[in-house]
Amino acid sequence: MGSRKKQEERSKYMAELIDNISLSNDEILRYSRHLIMPEVGMDGQKKLKGASILLVGTGGLGSPLGMYLAAAGIGRIGLADYDVVDFPNLQRQIIHGTSQLGVLKVESAQKRMLDINPYIQIDTYNEPLTSNNAMQVAEPYDLIIDGTDNFPTRYLINDVSVLQGKPNVYGSIFRFEGQVSVFFAEKGPCYRCLFPEPPPPGLVPSCAEGGVFGVLPGTIGTLQATEAIKLILGIGETLIGRLLLYNALDMSFDFVNLRKNPDCRVCGPNPEVTELIDYEEFCGVPGHDHEEVGSAGDDWDISVTELNDRLRNGEKIRLIDVREPHEWEIVHLEEAELIPFGEIAGRMSELDSAEELVLFCKTGIRSAQAIGLLHGAGFRKMKNLKGGIISWAKEIDQKLPVY
Amino acid sequence: MSTIRIPTPLRSYTKGETELNVNGSTVGEALADLTNQYPDLAVHLYDDSGVLRAFVNVFINEENIRHLQGVETPLTKGDKLMIIPSIAGG
Repeated sequence: MGSRKKQEERSKYMAELIDNISLSNDEILRYSRHLIMPEVGMDGQKKLKGASILLVGTGGLGSPLGMYLAAAGIGRIGLADYDVVDFPNLQRQIIHGTSQLGVLKVESAQKRMLDINPYIQIDTYNEPLTSNNAMQVAEPYDLIIDGTDNFPTRYLINDVSVLQGKPNVYGSIFRFEGQVSVFFAEKGPCYRCLFPEPPPPGLVPSCAEGGVFGVLPGTIGTLQATEAIKLILGIGETLIGRLLLYNALDMSFDFVNLRKNPDCRVCGPNPEVTELIDYEEFCGVPGHDHEEVGSAGDDWDISVTELNDRLRNGEKIRLIDVREPHEWEIVHLEEAELIPFGEIAGRMSELDSAEELVLFCKTGIRSAQAIGLLHGAGFRKMKNLKGGIISWAKEIDQKLPVY
Repeated sequence: MSTIRIPTPLRSYTKGETELNVNGSTVGEALADLTNQYPDLAVHLYDDSGVLRAFVNVFINEENIRHLQGVETPLTKGDKLMIIPSIAGG
């Protein structure tokens, strides 16, 4: 179908939609600051009421998104998440409160959003979005917002958006840096046009590993909400074909132009991807950002219990902490020595291959990599502490803090 | 001389530097100068055969080098290069 015909059909649909939607006196009062702006007005507010958005992720980005979309009067919002509210979320996921610890995130978010605006419909999907359910979950919605925390789900959302011909309002964060764009294959590039392939597993740290500045998702999620609302209203210039790069430390906003990739595997003229694929396999990482217990394999791992027993038996073991100095400040083991992972190659002379070594980090992922590095240099008498200092704090010495 | 902006995920390999001066008459030469200054960056930019990794996006003055002449894209004095990282946090 020609895109002009599609557009005509869409505007006809919107006109009918607006005719069939009315605002009550209570709603008119609630939305009055919108209604008095000609760019929104009664027609615009009815468009928002008639609109439906699927919000994937109710975490850092999803928090301001959910609250602003609800407040703006988006008539139907779908929330997809499968997690429960946990302590480390509360530093940035402001849709959830301390009273909601342990509650399903979709339920906690729904409660907050309906408190902000009871005149909207919220559908909850308490399940991971996967190739098996994503097409069906997204089907009823006009627009999809990507507020997830991992590569597989980002590629999944992109492909669903392209296959269903819907805009994908993209936002992504890392430490102090954020990205925003609108990927809409009918009018511009998609996510895969910019990132044809995911980075190899382990090369880009996640927020759980690398940390995130708490206000950052507020800024980026709010920009995503801005774009979503503009798309529905059909006003202003959106980020279709542009990528916004924000850095909170530098307080810099940079834009770059994005173009359709003629070889794009999903939105190009000869697409290879015509149905959803296995995204965890494609990215080589799981579709979530939960902390995992790092292992160097059975031959190289030592459990916290075994290490504790051997130390108490007076065995001579050198404990090497490969975390960063600022992590050492949070918590450390008295007997350990700090050699940050990045310095190991340069400080190998401080280690003796004849000594018994146990390497550890936060959860065992970096120390497992360190084992590999030392193995390459001929070290053999060494072990990786499985689960790292976090397992030690949980199982051996509960006085230590967990971070 | 051109400047190149280093994204957050790569700053730990440039001793925290956010923007660096690089020499070269093409994008490829400028990137080679960058990895000469900071050798730990190389594995993040190039694959084993020395080709720029598919997920690494280099922009010159707001345009992706992929839509220009790739690493052969010529540089003129004062051009601004940016490396756009793949990030996934949310």
